[in-house]
Amino acid sequence: MSARDRILDKLRAAPAGPAPVVPDVPGWYARHTASLDSAQRVAALRKALEAVKTEVHEVTDANWTTVLLEIAAAKGLHQLLIGAATAHGEAVAALAPADLQILRYAQPVDAWQELLFDGVDAALTLARGAIAEIGSLILWPTPAEPRLMSLVPSLHFVLLDADTIHVNLFSALRTEGWHTGMPTNALLICGPSKTADIQQTLAYGAHGPRELVVLIRQSRGVSA
Amino acid sequence: MSKVIAINPTQDFKDRTRHVLNDPGQRQNFRGAMDFLQGKRRAQFPDAEELQGLRELGSQIRRYSLANLPRLLEQLETKLTANGIQVHWAQTPDEANAIALAIARRVEAKRIIKGKSMVSEEIGFNHAMEAAGIEAFESDMGEYIVQLAGEAPSHIIMPAIHKTKQDIAKLFAEEVPGVTYTEDVDALIQIGRRVLRHKFAEADIGLSGVNVAVAETGTLCLVENEGNGRMCTTVPKVHIAITGIEKVVEKLEHVPPILSLLTRSATGQSVTTYVNMISRPRQPDEKDGPREVHLILLDNGRTQAYADLELRETLKCIRCGACMNHCPVYARVGGHAYGTTYPGPIGAIISPHLLGLETTYPLAFASTLCGACAEVCPVKIPITDLLVRLRNEAQARPDTEDATLRGSGAARSLAASTVWGVWSQVYSKSGLYKLASWFMSRGRALSPSDQGAWTRSRTPLVPAPKRLRDLIRDHNEQSKS
Repeated sequence: MSARDRILDKLRAAPAGPAPVVPDVPGWYARHTASLDSAQRVAALRKALEAVKTEVHEVTDANWTTVLLEIAAAKGLHQLLIGAATAHGEAVAALAPADLQILRYAQPVDAWQELLFDGVDAALTLARGAIAEIGSLILWPTPAEPRLMSLVPSLHFVLLDADTIHVNLFSALRTEGWHTGMPTNALLICGPSKTADIQQTLAYGAHGPRELVVLIRQSRGVSA
Repeated sequence: MSKVIAINPTQDFKDRTRHVLNDPGQRQNFRGAMDFLQGKRRAQFPDAEELQGLRELGSQIRRYSLANLPRLLEQLETKLTANGIQVHWAQTPDEANAIALAIARRVEAKRIIKGKSMVSEEIGFNHAMEAAGIEAFESDMGEYIVQLAGEAPSHIIMPAIHKTKQDIAKLFAEEVPGVTYTEDVDALIQIGRRVLRHKFAEADIGLSGVNVAVAETGTLCLVENEGNGRMCTTVPKVHIAITGIEKVVEKLEHVPPILSLLTRSATGQSVTTYVNMISRPRQPDEKDGPREVHLILLDNGRTQAYADLELRETLKCIRCGACMNHCPVYARVGGHAYGTTYPGPIGAIISPHLLGLETTYPLAFASTLCGACAEVCPVKIPITDLLVRLRNEAQARPDTEDATLRGSGAARSLAASTVWGVWSQVYSKSGLYKLASWFMSRGRALSPSDQGAWTRSRTPLVPAPKRLRDLIRDHNEQSKS
């Protein structure tokens, strides 16, 4: 008999006990989800992100690339990693100055891991959405914008469309029907990496990015 | 090589406790850390009504998941397998290590980089790998520090909570090549970052725990702040996740309340920096991520707790550590005194199932039963009731229906059972009680001055010269006259 069967047999042999209450999670969130309009969502998200050392800029469709490149120049970035053939990545690439090297995540990491770890200052990815209440960005890495873009470079730029901000995690996964098809990796990101493992002293830049810069783009209407 | 941490709570519990109590520095570290964590948690729950409602919901989710555990584990296995994640089952730590070792040998792994996993501590993973010639390197900053010091974690969320920055500065200067002494915390973290970045890049396998496994989607959820968990689960070509069989929930919608309770109760954060949800290995069109993902489901005594409806509540635990952060005993003796992987109140109620009551029963007595742990538990585990139950199990007469666990009756002694047997007779028969109390009050001069542990730091207990019934009688006579 396998370990699996032994474990399951023991569990099945245990007393059933009284029927458990079926948890009413939708009911709880129906009572505990604040009604926030688009501006309130942006404000709440901004406040929560700024509380964890995140730079937030409100931008438009017309100026976001300029804003991003100005930040890159001010921070003295030398390289910016963009996805392979993404519209937003190429929009930045088209305007990038000569002293900002644009790299594209076009090859599997196995072919260029050393460069990714040691030779890339920053990366830009598009967020799938965000969660206002807890100040988290939702990223579903794709073949074009893989997982390590939001993890390895020291600075992570995130472009977020204001109309994709949800109030809480429950409404995000309910409205978008996450349970019908999860990606390989889904991420919530709230601020740059950090730790308080040494004497409860907060230090940023533990293993992931040292800085997180979020550009909230107002362009596609106001309601989510 | 890291030291092997011998687990023998019974033998050394009192010695270790005395050792810590006599170390003002350590006591200060723990007191400071507990005050900090309590304050952070309190600030996260300003609305008492919301807190109670959310705890009830969390408790319902966990109880519902456990009631359906065999079905959910099978559903999880089916879904994960369909997603391309390989599922393994282990009844014991040895079986779990053997599974990991077989994977490591097949992929010819030399180095394993580890994200934070208490289950890997539970099974002695690092030692098992090192014994087989494979390096197992901790990457959580706190775990890295305790591994470098050859110690075990003293807290399940903040492993190096017992160390000051001066301790860590000294440790880094001595153990990390090319590092000079610095007490600057940012500088110390950057040293750790530099060392570990290379380790992530070099590792053949990444090992992680699991905070919640979702049966309906086949998803492993991990929470963390540092990014090392994401590194371990993304950079190496193989990812092995290991978790206890109890961590499963049915639906994805069960995750938001559990996550909210977990991070707010643990570190007082509304959410951690990263919530990492993994549902499959790297797909053919994807450019990073592990090509293989494995999940090891560990029993290690959990089925014993499951078999008893009262003790099953133990398995609701989501490992936030709030019970230890609020425990007056933990705050004074710290995590190492317990001698078990899981210290504090949760350690006292889960360890007997993992290790047997014969070696762990003193932990159930290391409590004032003040109830702070049960009051803060985000999933409403009746911790004090379970401590009392385990005390009774420890004293139970073997081979009776009162003795249901591995090691039940281990604390039973002739003297103790005789004393309690007499006590129960005296207190259940009023004539006998009258007589006994008369003798006690009149014979008070005979009270021993040495009353064991009690008189080590307290004055001896001496019965009152008059019984309550004597005082009442005197009072009534005085009022009459």
